Amino acid sequence: MGSIFSLRGVVFRYPGAESCALDGVDLEVSVGEWVALVGANGSGKSTLAKICNALLTPTQGDCFVLGENTRDGLSTAEIRRSVALVFQNPEDQIVASIVEEDVAFGPENLALPHEEIKRRVDFAIEAVGLSDERRRGVFSLSGGQKQRLALAGALALEPEALILDESASMLDPEGRESFLSCLNGLKERGMTIVQITHRMEETIGADRLVVLDAGRAAWDGAPNEFFRGEYRRWSFEEPPAFALFRELLERGLLPAGTSPDVGSMLDALCL
Amino acid sequence: MRLLSGISLGQFIPGESFVHGLDPRCKIICTFLLLTGLFLASSPPDFALWGALLVAISLLSQIRLGLVLRSARPVLFLALITILLNIFWTPGHEIFRAGFLKITEEGLILSIRMGMRLFFLVVFAALLMMTTSPMSFSDGLERLLSPLAALGFPASEMAVMMTIALRFIPTLFEETDRILKAQISRGADFESGGLLKRARSFIPILIPLFVLVFQRAENLAVAMESRCYVPGRPRTRMCPLVWRRSDSAALIILFAFISALVALDRRFLRFLIR
Repeated sequence: MGSIFSLRGVVFRYPGAESCALDGVDLEVSVGEWVALVGANGSGKSTLAKICNALLTPTQGDCFVLGENTRDGLSTAEIRRSVALVFQNPEDQIVASIVEEDVAFGPENLALPHEEIKRRVDFAIEAVGLSDERRRGVFSLSGGQKQRLALAGALALEPEALILDESASMLDPEGRESFLSCLNGLKERGMTIVQITHRMEETIGADRLVVLDAGRAAWDGAPNEFFRGEYRRWSFEEPPAFALFRELLERGLLPAGTSPDVGSMLDALCL
Repeated sequence: MRLLSGISLGQFIPGESFVHGLDPRCKIICTFLLLTGLFLASSPPDFALWGALLVAISLLSQIRLGLVLRSARPVLFLALITILLNIFWTPGHEIFRAGFLKITEEGLILSIRMGMRLFFLVVFAALLMMTTSPMSFSDGLERLLSPLAALGFPASEMAVMMTIALRFIPTLFEETDRILKAQISRGADFESGGLLKRARSFIPILIPLFVLVFQRAENLAVAMESRCYVPGRPRTRMCPLVWRRSDSAALIILFAFISALVALDRRFLRFLIR
């Protein structure tokens, strides 16, 4: 399986900043993979997302997206089309006042024929479950619907990969659940997803988990491996399902015959 | 705190009415005609007919008249100043005097006329915005201004700029409301004291609001770039503008109505007789 993102020794320093936001990140993301990117505030997660979308150019090192170097100005447009970015606050990325007009903004920027724009808008609105709201004003949508609208705007570009920068963090449990089920649907269709999050329970469905610490990729592996104990090194919270299982096991409250092996239970939960 | 409640200026109300379905270019030209025609209206029967026209357009738009009228609320203060200035400072036949203040017959007529014009101007402009989504409004304006592109006028950029400005009006009201409430919860008082004290008390609102607006603008610019927006690069539209017969008909009917109003105006008739 080919790489969609390939970061080689990426260093990034914001103008005037004393330290580097990214300090030599090496990362490969394969086509169709779901990678959860976690880390404390200021660890460089959002900077990494912007570099992968060619919004920022590395100070040192290279970032390749589908084989194109983000330094190459000629490929910038194609990179932004191939890698769609969804930000934390949907209010910051909604341009138009009507749902379908906002979803059309990206394809309109690609100067596509209007029939093609319409097809993409129909697809994206359907994919996020906003078909009944397509003529509604964006200000009458709930927080979860606005975030799904932002996702639809990204999907209308027909990208190969999605980068979600804490996109579910402002949602209530119901909104988060519906947003995550949208992502599961996209993953099943083969979409590459890089999900930046602070919530450990959102990483359970991921294929890989990468920890960014002080601008470096400090840990890279399967989520079940991470929650066997590694997560304690960075003071992350255990996902509630894992914590519950561990607690039940430690108190001897699990029915007879349940495997006492925490690892195998974690494997089952992550599957 | 009812400072910002009920403000409907610039808000699009989605709908499927006849007016909603008109081409935005037609609606912009019609509004321009309406606003021009308003400055020729002077007598009470004129304004009664303008009122009837407002009711008719409101019905055709399927927008409640009350909501349309409410859009004039933000300019009430401006209208009041205009009326007061005209009522006391217009020379002519004096009908009332109190100290140095005097009201003349001419001043009274002029102030009512100016107030009515300002009111109709705002409500017709509001009707345009209520029935035209910011995106189609800017598309229409872009097409109308496109001949100027040959002279280097950035019509496309201006259209996007306008879309965003209109899209942010409700957001700005929301944010102002949020900051207001936050300041009130920390003991700020915006409702007592004289005009100057109340105006001064709004400074703690304006500073965070400006910071927030710049932050929002920065975030939106990044989001637009990530959605492949490049200033100056040609864009296409999901719904290309199409001028239909209904647009021509609306334009002709409105033009005929305004022409009839102008012709009926006594001043205009007097001017013709001379």
